[in-house]
Amino acid sequence: MYEPYLQLLWGFLKAFVVGGAICMIAQIVINFTDLTAGKILVTFMLAGVVLQGLGLYQYLVDFAGAGATVPISGFGYLLANGAIKGAEKGFFGAFTGALSSASAGISAAVIFSFLMAMVFKSKSKKN
Amino acid sequence: MTGKNRENYNKNYIAYVNSFDPPTKHFKNCFRAFIVGGFICCIGQAIRVIFEEAFGLYGDELSAAVSIALIFLGTLLTGFGVYDRIGRNAGAGSIVPITGFANSVASPAIEFKTEGLVYGLAAKMFVVAGPIIVYGVLAGTAVGLIYLFL
Amino acid sequence: MQTVVFDKKPRIIGTGTIAGPKECAGVVGKYVDKSLTDDTFGESTYEKAECKMLSYAVSKAIENAGRTEKDVDLLVSGDLLNQIISASFTARDYDFPFLGVYGACSTMAESMAIAAAFINAGYYKNIVAATGSHFSSAERQYRYPLELGNTRPPQAQWTVTGAGGAFISYMGGGNGKKINAPAITMATFGKVVDFGITDVNNMGAAMCPSCAHTLLTHLTETGRSADYYDLIVTGDLGALGSRILKDLTWEKGVDIADNHVDCGEIIYNVIEDEFQGGSGAGCSAVVFNSYIMDKLKTGALNRVLFIATGALLSTVSSGQGESIPGIAHAVAIENI
Repeated sequence: MYEPYLQLLWGFLKAFVVGGAICMIAQIVINFTDLTAGKILVTFMLAGVVLQGLGLYQYLVDFAGAGATVPISGFGYLLANGAIKGAEKGFFGAFTGALSSASAGISAAVIFSFLMAMVFKSKSKKN
Repeated sequence: MTGKNRENYNKNYIAYVNSFDPPTKHFKNCFRAFIVGGFICCIGQAIRVIFEEAFGLYGDELSAAVSIALIFLGTLLTGFGVYDRIGRNAGAGSIVPITGFANSVASPAIEFKTEGLVYGLAAKMFVVAGPIIVYGVLAGTAVGLIYLFL
Repeated sequence: MQTVVFDKKPRIIGTGTIAGPKECAGVVGKYVDKSLTDDTFGESTYEKAECKMLSYAVSKAIENAGRTEKDVDLLVSGDLLNQIISASFTARDYDFPFLGVYGACSTMAESMAIAAAFINAGYYKNIVAATGSHFSSAERQYRYPLELGNTRPPQAQWTVTGAGGAFISYMGGGNGKKINAPAITMATFGKVVDFGITDVNNMGAAMCPSCAHTLLTHLTETGRSADYYDLIVTGDLGALGSRILKDLTWEKGVDIADNHVDCGEIIYNVIEDEFQGGSGAGCSAVVFNSYIMDKLKTGALNRVLFIATGALLSTVSSGQGESIPGIAHAVAIENI
């Protein structure tokens, strides 16, 4: 009877370890190269695109769930996945697939950022 | 000494200055990135489980819903002025998850609101995160076209 | 000769300073005229707050000098923002001529030297030299939005929220009567020196060569030794930059280890592995016009060499991969 709970816990553990590991790799890259946040994000997003282009990232997503989709490499995975699925429908699909799969994330970022900008103002920093 | 000859940069000086760089705390940085990054992914996993059970979502819809929820959390924490504090300490742990992407969109939007809604807030919104979308679309479409012609 | 001697002895007869909450937690807290608890100063944007702080510093300097706005002949001022808007917008509120200068963080020494030169030449009698900076406005112009969760590298310096102004005046003198106001006796205008540092987070190292160059030139041209001064105050090299400066001057046979302080290093409580101290035009302006001036007036210090340093970069130049040129101007202030 504990089986479903153990299953759930195991899912969390996998998400934690894989997600944490991806962030740790990014931190190691930052430590050794002084890349800024924007470049790190682009690099990891591209890594996700390439890995999924080769069909590899899917294994990580199946294994770790949110641990693989939440880091920005998961965004790259989403783009590549959408483009590949679109390509199966033809040229037009290959052209629109990437962005349409990412539309939820981009729309959410734009809408929520706009709302937050309406509500909040930037605060001065103490440290 | 005035360095007018720009070819004649003082290499020794740069090497000497670099020798002063405070040591990078590799272990501490990586540990924090691991914990915070893992924790954010766990929140994602929790949202995933809840959405799956409560709304019966699955597949692409489920992961889209999880992304939207996390992006909402990221922008909200940015608005409250908390996310940058997490970022100061967690480094990549808070940059790499999708909440970091949300933070990099929301922070310029909030910051440049003072320059107006069109040329401030809207125009500057993607000043940090724009490259992700540009290169994401380029790379994604490239993958799609490669699959099309293979 | 880069050094000019002011034989008419233009004197600093009053100063006005204002600083933000983080700055006032440190050594200058007791000496500033106004310490802010809210660094927006009641304004809607940080640029407006910076402007208001600068106005406050100018007005307070005039007030502390025991003069009125009618007495002022000229305002020499500058700041860090594009097109020095804070200084220009401050000058908008006053009814006297304005000379805008830009020397990045060296603006305080530069404007003091220019003011002293005008007075020494006899063109003007009363000049206010002032400058200021604000962490939040500088951060958004030179770096990232405030709320962005990026990490701050350990070499980074913190732009000071604050402003300082000095009222410089011709007091006559030379007939034996003692005037209790420090005089600007000399100024050494610095050359732009670039040793090829490109790391925008390591501005202390970028400014050090110019600072050392100005200091050594000043000492050579005046024939003074470093011991002549009770204190050599550098602008905002930070903790790391101060060490480099001591090394650079030591190599040339000048030992400043005992009588050197750095405004950036003393304004905050520095933890060297984590950050290097303050920077920004307001840093040297606040520290010099409050803390150092207080020591000069009470006689705890009698001969001070004030070298403010500036990193002459912009986001465009660093985006194009240019290295960071540095500038440093020295002003000798003495009780005579």
